[in-house]
Amino acid sequence: MKKNILAFLRITLGSLRDLAPVVILVLFFQLAVLQQPLPNAGELALGLLLVVLGLTFFIFGLEMGLFPIGESMAYSLAKKGSLLWLILFAFALGFGTTIAEPALIAVSGEAAAVAAAAGFIESSQQAQADYSQGLRLTVAVSVGIGIVIGVVRILKGWPIHLMIAGGYVLVVIMTAIAPQEIIGIAYDSGGVTTSTITVPLVTALGVGLASSIKGRNPLIDGFGLIAFASLTPMIFVMVYGTLI
Amino acid sequence: MLDTLTQSDLFLTILGTSRDVIPIILILLGFQFLVIRRRVTNLKRIIIGFIYVLIGLSLFLLGLEKALFPLGKVMAEQLTDPVFIIGSQATDATRLHWSDYGWVYLFAFAVGFSTTIAEPSLIAVAIKASEVSAGAISVWGLRIAVALGVAIGITLGVYRIVVGAPIHYFIISGYIVVVIQTFFAPKTITALAYDSGGVTTSTVTVPLVAALGLGLAETIPGRSPLIDGFGLIAFASLFPIMTVMGYAQLVQWVTTRRRRQSDNNGQDTQADTPSMEQR
Repeated sequence: MKKNILAFLRITLGSLRDLAPVVILVLFFQLAVLQQPLPNAGELALGLLLVVLGLTFFIFGLEMGLFPIGESMAYSLAKKGSLLWLILFAFALGFGTTIAEPALIAVSGEAAAVAAAAGFIESSQQAQADYSQGLRLTVAVSVGIGIVIGVVRILKGWPIHLMIAGGYVLVVIMTAIAPQEIIGIAYDSGGVTTSTITVPLVTALGVGLASSIKGRNPLIDGFGLIAFASLTPMIFVMVYGTLI
Repeated sequence: MLDTLTQSDLFLTILGTSRDVIPIILILLGFQFLVIRRRVTNLKRIIIGFIYVLIGLSLFLLGLEKALFPLGKVMAEQLTDPVFIIGSQATDATRLHWSDYGWVYLFAFAVGFSTTIAEPSLIAVAIKASEVSAGAISVWGLRIAVALGVAIGITLGVYRIVVGAPIHYFIISGYIVVVIQTFFAPKTITALAYDSGGVTTSTVTVPLVAALGLGLAETIPGRSPLIDGFGLIAFASLFPIMTVMGYAQLVQWVTTRRRRQSDNNGQDTQADTPSMEQR
């Protein structure tokens, strides 16, 4: 118990240090550059306290819950030896965590507005809702496929840099084909898809897989799942924008 | 101060976070009980861990939404306001040169750096990378390398919005640099570097950066917020790949140099393999 409290205090101190740059930035720009008083200093302080507490709890729970479950499931599925289940699991994890992602919902809504303004779709509510729904599905499916590709790469030990470079070539080709207005959104959709809970889980999955297979180095082979999950949406969103 | 932060706010945030977590828990449970069909070791501990993550993320988001985001958005709007940039005498923004946006670039750099340092998912990846590499990749080294990358990326992205250059030229040149750098960087870092592009932009960075991009695109004549407001996140996901590989190259160079020096002092003439490759 005492050990836990000590660990908690240590992480709290770490969180304070993590947030120091943000606080300095806000104070400097508000007071020195914009030369305005801090609005609601009390609320600001309370918000910061919540952020510090939140970050502390998150990191504490990360090592207790998220990392162990991700790794243990990777071990069990690898031991089971069924490629199909492993691929299904990887796809479900990618698809399931992306479809509900708030950042993606926001981005796809704005993307529908862009498409309507550019005249690709009718500007009616219905057409926009359909478009953004289709975009969300596209991104979620492509994240699922991205993680599956990454998992298969770990199993087969394929070199990552050739695959990523190949992905880049596809992005460049699609950029030449896709309508101008979709490009910015497509590029952004690669970055917004991986949420705060997905990242630790997927990282643990990759590292767990790589350490349970003989001849794989967890550092070289275990990472890279998120790289694929951020690359495939760019390609698929541009395909989506071209087809519709 | 407490009336603005009511219990219902806290409740709604926890509800929102739970909604994000539920699909993940369903997938994990489904596979655990239908496919793996084995007892989980330390199940109680894992459940407590999940609850901590849920509480932590909720408090974190609530604090950000209550305090930092409103202020950050107002600051982004004020900094991109032509009145602030030119001074009080004129409001004709058409005559502005790209170099008049000095504070905006500094703000973009600082936002990129400081929010990335506080990004929970990057902390998670850095912890794992340090664990797996037995400390050869330090948690702080990786985080600072990624934060620098995001900072450079967002600054360049802001410059692009200001001058109005097409985004794909920047991104494609970035790809070329990444591919060339991959040949020279230590092999052990490649996968991690590619990953660090995707992890940087989640909870903290996206809302602030989006506000900055939209504010700029609205202020500068001839830019459309819908088209030019996007793309900052793409920059923020590309440049960390370069800085993380750069960080690994630096570590390699320093260890090689140090070894060479100690080789010169002693008689031990082992091969110059850097420590990162050995592990």
